[in-house]
Amino acid sequence: MEMEIPGGANESARMSRTLYEFNGGVHPDEHKQVSTSRAIGIAPLPKQIIVPLSQHIGQAAKPLVGVGDQVLKGQRIGQAEGYVSVSVHAPTSGTVTAIAEHTVAHPSGLSDLCVHIAPDGADQWITHAALDYRNMAPSHLRNLLRDMGIAGLGGAVFPSFIKLNPGAAQKVPTLILNGGECEPWISCDDMLMRERAGEILQGAAIMRFMLNSDEVLVGVEDNKPEAIAALRAAAGDCGFPVEIVAVPTIYPGGGAKQLIKVLTDKEVPSGGRSTDIGVATFNVGTAYALHRAVHHGEPLISRIVTVTGNVHRPQNFEVLIGTPVAELVRLAGAVKDDTSGYLMGGPMMGITLASTDVPVVKATNCILAQSPALFPPTPPAMPCIRCTRCAQACPADLQPQELFWFARAKNFGKTQEYKLFDCIECGCCSYVCPSHIPLVQYYRYAKSEIWAREKDKKAADHARDRHEFRQQRIEREKQERAEKLAQRVSTKPATVDSDSPEDAAATAKKAAIQAAIERAKAKKDSVTPKNITDLPPEKLQEIAEIEARRAKIREIAQQPVDE
Amino acid sequence: MAGLAIFLGAALGFAAVRFKVQEDPIVEQIDAILPQTQCGQCGFPGCKPYATAIANGEAEINQCPPGGEDGIHKLAELLGVEFKPLNDEHGEPKPKAVAVIDEATCIGCTLCIQACPVDAILGAAKQMHTVIAQECTGCELCIAPCPVDCISMDTIQEAVATWKWKYPVVQMKVRA
Repeated sequence: MEMEIPGGANESARMSRTLYEFNGGVHPDEHKQVSTSRAIGIAPLPKQIIVPLSQHIGQAAKPLVGVGDQVLKGQRIGQAEGYVSVSVHAPTSGTVTAIAEHTVAHPSGLSDLCVHIAPDGADQWITHAALDYRNMAPSHLRNLLRDMGIAGLGGAVFPSFIKLNPGAAQKVPTLILNGGECEPWISCDDMLMRERAGEILQGAAIMRFMLNSDEVLVGVEDNKPEAIAALRAAAGDCGFPVEIVAVPTIYPGGGAKQLIKVLTDKEVPSGGRSTDIGVATFNVGTAYALHRAVHHGEPLISRIVTVTGNVHRPQNFEVLIGTPVAELVRLAGAVKDDTSGYLMGGPMMGITLASTDVPVVKATNCILAQSPALFPPTPPAMPCIRCTRCAQACPADLQPQELFWFARAKNFGKTQEYKLFDCIECGCCSYVCPSHIPLVQYYRYAKSEIWAREKDKKAADHARDRHEFRQQRIEREKQERAEKLAQRVSTKPATVDSDSPEDAAATAKKAAIQAAIERAKAKKDSVTPKNITDLPPEKLQEIAEIEARRAKIREIAQQPVDE
Repeated sequence: MAGLAIFLGAALGFAAVRFKVQEDPIVEQIDAILPQTQCGQCGFPGCKPYATAIANGEAEINQCPPGGEDGIHKLAELLGVEFKPLNDEHGEPKPKAVAVIDEATCIGCTLCIQACPVDAILGAAKQMHTVIAQECTGCELCIAPCPVDCISMDTIQEAVATWKWKYPVVQMKVRA
């Protein structure tokens, strides 16, 4: 289905873009205006900072500092390990008090390795300068961005340097900035676009340069008119052609695949990536972080976080990574008395926080305080009635009811046949389910079970290889020993006639031992120890006695024991 | 008719020789299901020998504790036989663990190195030994030979990187 977006006469050139629709989607209550009435506040320095070493998709960073070290603001404290990884940095100057486990924002509520920093209050920067990115080898620039910790701030926290590689084609024709922000309650991207539109577009300029893109689109849902206006005003003097496109408000219109479909009518193939169809998508927050990194030399140490829900003064804050959620909630006027819990993210895709001790990470777009009044508990689940409303709502064109049946029956092969891994876990299916079945939980369960099994399978294959190698080695060593022995035997004439190879081997062994003994004896006899030449006779007598005893012992020892 | 029978017989005979399968693929398929801990709890000296025994009908499919019920289900499906619960004579399934050598107690006798089926222990005579945790399958074969009892099994704790979503426990509406 196509549609025209209405626009003013002066905007007609820009508004001529034809937009498309993805299937499915829902319209949950937005609750965004709650937190957009106040400008972005700058969160003060927290008393303690806890920086998790794993904030991104991929391998955790390796700590570079030790307990007691003085660190400066922006100093690298964790180094990227492996390819899919980025570095982490000290958000302020201070002392490293511990490198220890701490509860992190994760659905498990488990602890992970974090660098704990006690801020010294000086907030003193490392020396940092803008990068001359246009006169730099592209791979060097990407490595610098990796070292500056730039990762996608839309939620997935995928290392940006990987996405900023134009690949073999040396070109990604379409660059899309994602300002969709479709999830209810969250307004951090909205406020960033309103207040820092120019900087976002400067970040887009760097992306455009790195990807050699022809067109730059910024997709913003039309429930953010202030953001659209700010971006359009900034687009006039950003120095490159950019189109600010208002897209219809529908959840999950801010999903990367969904936004690509709406703007270009292209669909990312199942299991593929958007670059396969010549499109790169970045969150507007990532563009802003890239601008700070390249034009100011600042690594990613802060982000905008929406603090909303059951708090007295909902607001967006620019927060240092590592700030405990509890301090952030205090800034928003503390929570109301009936607060029942906290979500990181929105009500559709957010994760429940185990405690408010957890630190803000690169993925933290929103802290949402819950109350029974704002978020009534889901009614008990009832059996699936096969109404297929979930299939109508699914923006990934899947069959959620089938996936549910298979996941529930632990029939993981079938879930994969039904493209479980194309599910973006947006929660539309659970949202519309008249039986209130927690569908996404089943998909998450099935996904993590499949991953775990694949990992086990790999480990088993590895163990098999090692075991087989060991068997081979033992066999080879045995053979080599036998060969060596056979060689020695062949040099000496065989004295006993040998019927079986075992006998031959045993005889050869005996002969070899005998030969060795005789060699040693001959050698010993040929040498007279110098220290006994001028000894008194009684001493010599004593030595002779000892030698005789030794000879006797040797004789006893050489007698066969088990024959 | 007789001519046709002779011809077909000859063709089958030729095919049997010409297209002879070198290794029994069913052994490979069974071996692929087994967990490769090489622990010998099944009564065979490793996963491959057990797989061969199953293929030859000399062993039951329920003798592998590390494979658990899941493994038995897979074997039953592969071989087209009835599922049997794990035979507890061969042991019970345990959570995954790795061997840990108490390095202060180790005397460097190399007995554990010789026992390890996957070369996961590093060391030399009269030198301290240590377990390469990533390579350890948790078979426990190194524990018995140790003369100073310095090897213990550490259960692998759940961590953020290995955590799995649990099977949803859904409260169904109770009819009033």
